Amino acid sequence: MKKAKSVTAKQQRAGWLFLLPATILILVMSFYPIVQAFITSFKTGSSANMKWAEPIFYNYTRMFADKLFKTSVANTFLYLIVEVPIMLILAILLAQILNNKDIRFRGLFRTMVFLPCATSLVSYSLIFKSLFATQGLINTILQTLHITSENINFLGTPSTAKAVIIIALIWRWTGYNMVFYLAGLQGIEYSVYEAAKIDGANGWKTFWHITVPLLRPTIIMTFIMSINGTLQLFDESVNLTAGGPANSTITMSHYIYNSSFGTGVANFGYASAMSFFVFILVGILAFINLKVGDTRD
Amino acid sequence: MTEKTYKNRSMIQRRLIPSYIFLVIVSFISVFPLYWMVSAATNQSVDVARGKIVFGGYLMENMKRLLELQDVWRALRNSFLYAGVQTIVAIFVCSLAGFGFELYHDKKKDLLFSFLLLAMMIPGVATMIPLFKMMSSMKLLNTVWGFMLPAISTPFLIMMFRQNSRNFPVDIMEAARIDGLSEIQIYFQMYMPVMKATYAAAGVITFMNAWNSYLWPKVVMTDNRAQTMPMLIANLSSGYTIDYGVLMLGVLFCSVPTMIVFFVLQKQFTEGITGAVK
Repeated sequence: MKKAKSVTAKQQRAGWLFLLPATILILVMSFYPIVQAFITSFKTGSSANMKWAEPIFYNYTRMFADKLFKTSVANTFLYLIVEVPIMLILAILLAQILNNKDIRFRGLFRTMVFLPCATSLVSYSLIFKSLFATQGLINTILQTLHITSENINFLGTPSTAKAVIIIALIWRWTGYNMVFYLAGLQGIEYSVYEAAKIDGANGWKTFWHITVPLLRPTIIMTFIMSINGTLQLFDESVNLTAGGPANSTITMSHYIYNSSFGTGVANFGYASAMSFFVFILVGILAFINLKVGDTRD
Repeated sequence: MTEKTYKNRSMIQRRLIPSYIFLVIVSFISVFPLYWMVSAATNQSVDVARGKIVFGGYLMENMKRLLELQDVWRALRNSFLYAGVQTIVAIFVCSLAGFGFELYHDKKKDLLFSFLLLAMMIPGVATMIPLFKMMSSMKLLNTVWGFMLPAISTPFLIMMFRQNSRNFPVDIMEAARIDGLSEIQIYFQMYMPVMKATYAAAGVITFMNAWNSYLWPKVVMTDNRAQTMPMLIANLSSGYTIDYGVLMLGVLFCSVPTMIVFFVLQKQFTEGITGAVK
């Protein structure tokens, strides 16, 4: 009996050793830096010579008075509010269609819709930048079809530049989210749909009353992931529009990067304050999502 | 009977016509930009701008120009090195943790696990400044260590291994202990082979993420010689006049490895994406 106990203790020790490297890395590479970021957000000065801000909330008051920061927050939320619902609805629709066993070439369609995920964020940003260039293919097509008579400067106009970013985001991430829904739908017995069909429910009815409720956990998860990703949008803002024209499409992450590592003076204190704001936002929105998802009715 | 089912089937197919139309349109939109990238890489910039979408014979010229402008081979080598090493180290560290959390679990470890999950909410942009200072003081800028250290241990990968470890047969662990295997030997000789599929999925998703990462490499790789493929193609388009043929060839170079992974290992890639949510 005593011997068996000491074996389990030894096993428990081994167990702790197995999770040690991963735990230390997360502590040092995630938790410690976020605390550091919080401390740095109360400092000013160049990176080599930082001192406490005077008054202590200087960076935060500056942030809420900074027009460009407000623009970047507004842009990020615009991308979030317009892009995420369209993308998720498209993804659920596609998953619903591709889950129908009567559809032919399902594998082929699935692969094609999923294909954009094989490109890096920088790659697809550059592809869309080129497609929507003033002398790019989209302009050529629009003129060939006589929809427009002259070249539109898509990326040089704030409203169209934002639209291009949203279109590009939908293109890149719809298939990605569809994969989650397809996996979720596989857990739903096909007989549920058969029963609904016998009861005379049409496509929309089954979609809203069966697919969506059954996929709810998956929908909440993709929602959180999308919010998280959109709040940190960087690659697209940098490479598609370079934040332009005149910073009108810049995202929070892009502005934070510019303030800390971009051209000009590195302002680590101010950038840290803004980045801590992003951290709080991500946390709040994830929390709300989980709460909303938790209410069982 | 057969005629009836046949008739039935064609009726079903007829009802599905709107679905097919929708699928064809979405598939076309999904694939076309990538087809266009490949075709543009074979054309002269002026033709690309004029809207030429068929393949041309300008690939070699674009290649020559691209290699003059940027050291593509060096960036490819860097990207393969960074992404490759990160993948191996990350799946080792995270699988070890997943193994420990699931098969040796007790209250304290479960609590630690929930705590580590909170790291999922910490955005990369919030930690990049302190991490940059840390890497800089440890002289790890422009090194593979600087590239991968923040990305080795992720809650996502640990969770993925932990979830999939649920199917691991615990009985054989007891049998192995009686045979005199130590705990780490159980990990290497039994856990690793049994969990092959999870390793493949985790490896594919980690490689893709590492290859495609951009913000952190841009921060930590301050020297041109250490730049990655996404950084290189971003530089190609930062000038005032953009050579579209050359740019798309660069984008193609950056995309080929991930495309190959996508087509050859699509099952593992899909499992890697959805891996932690079962």
